[in-house]
Formats: sequence, C-alpha cells, structure tokens
Amino acid sequence: MMIDFAPQVEALRPQLLRFARSQLRNDAWAEDAVSDTLLAALEKPQSFSGNSQLKTWLVGILKHKVVDQLRRHSREATVLTTDDGEDLDESLFLPDGHWREAPQDWGDPEAACGRREFFEVLEACMEHLPPTQGRVFMMREWLELDTDEICKELTITATNLWVLLHRARLRLRECLQSSWFNERRA
Amino acid sequence: MLKLHRIEMFRRTCREVTRLVLEGEDRRLGWVDRAAIRLHLMICDACPRFAKQVKLMRQAIGQWRQYRDAE
Repeated sequence: MMIDFAPQVEALRPQLLRFARSQLRNDAWAEDAVSDTLLAALEKPQSFSGNSQLKTWLVGILKHKVVDQLRRHSREATVLTTDDGEDLDESLFLPDGHWREAPQDWGDPEAACGRREFFEVLEACMEHLPPTQGRVFMMREWLELDTDEICKELTITATNLWVLLHRARLRLRECLQSSWFNERRA
Repeated sequence: MLKLHRIEMFRRTCREVTRLVLEGEDRRLGWVDRAAIRLHLMICDACPRFAKQVKLMRQAIGQWRQYRDAE
C-alpha cells in the first residue's frame, strides 16, 4: 500500500490543481495550495483510512489549504476588477423596478441536473465569473463556508459580500441561460 | 388608512424581490421580507420563474459539488 501511495497521489495532482485554480484564480497560490496538500498527504498517509476514495480525502485536505491561501492573500484576493464592479441589475430591470425581459421557464430541474454536460457548463460558467466574485462564490458553494466565515477569512464587510454574491448569482444565471437553456432550445 | 399602510409595508418591486430571493440563498431573511416575497410571487408572472431558476441553480450546484469531489 505504501509503495502505491505516492504515485496514486501524484496522479491526482492535475485535477487538484484545476480545482485550486478555479477557487483561487491565481496560478502561484494554486500551486502552493496543491503542494501543501500533497505534502500533508504524503507525510500522513496513515490518516487516509481507505474507507473513502483517495480523491475525496485529498480534496478534503485541499479545501483547507485553499482557505489558508485565501487568508494569506486576502487583500489581493478582494481587489475588484471592472467586471467585478459591474451591476447586472441595471440591464435586467427598468427604472420602475419591473423586468425588462421576463425570466424564462427553465423547466424541470431533473431534466438538466444530474447530467454530466450540464455540470460542465455550470462549472465553465463559474470559472467565467469575474475573479473576486468567483472567489467568494466558490467559497460559499464549493468550500461551503457560511457568510460570517467568508467575511472573517477575507476581512471584508457583510455588505460587500452580499453585493458580490448577488452579482455572482445573477451572472451565473445569465450564463446558464445563454450557454445551456438557449442552446438546448436552438 | 391603517390597512393601506400595512399593505405598503409588504410592497416590493420585481427588482427588490429578486435581490431578496438571492439574499435568501445566503442568510435567513426576516419575516417581513419573507412575507413580502410570498405576496409578490402571488401577483407576479415573472418573479416566480426567477425564483424557480434560483432553486434549480441551488439543486444543480449541490449535485455538482458531489460529482466534482468524488468522481
């Protein structure tokens, strides 16, 4: 088992790196998070019980290492790009607060969810979020942190976080509309 | 007069309801906001579809997380 362990862990490195990149949006931080993960795994192989899959175990470690990186680089991680600052509300609503264009019926959740192609589109849409929106959104939805924890790790205010999450969710919706629901109709 | 005042307290535009529905994904809303959403969804054609989209996204993300971390 010990002999197989290192190459098995190493084989999962590209996938871990992809996950770290999508969360951190910075190649150097992602490299560090993955190195820390692999080191921790190789130092303590006995903590892998073998009951869960190796990947699940490594992803669990990675999530902690990714939070360490976010904490360490919190100032840079919360700088807003022009895209991060853009409000979709203006384009969605008339000045009186009514929809410019009513939302479409996306149909039955089962029809879309659970399909590999849909997950790929969903993931691509998340990766296309502006960097800071993407970071907080993934902290919420992939790392499953609550909003207090996110504010604490990034040292941002709750109000700033609400605005970022709001924008991220609206953007994700737009992306799913154009990349999945419109495509499917066409 | 009093009745009208009470209704005003729950009146929200589509834009405001959209914001509240999304906020509800990240925190527990107060009862006034929750009641305002419910009332608005009863009289609006567009916002219930938005609320369903948000629900679908929530379910999809939950499944995606499992798919991503384990497969």
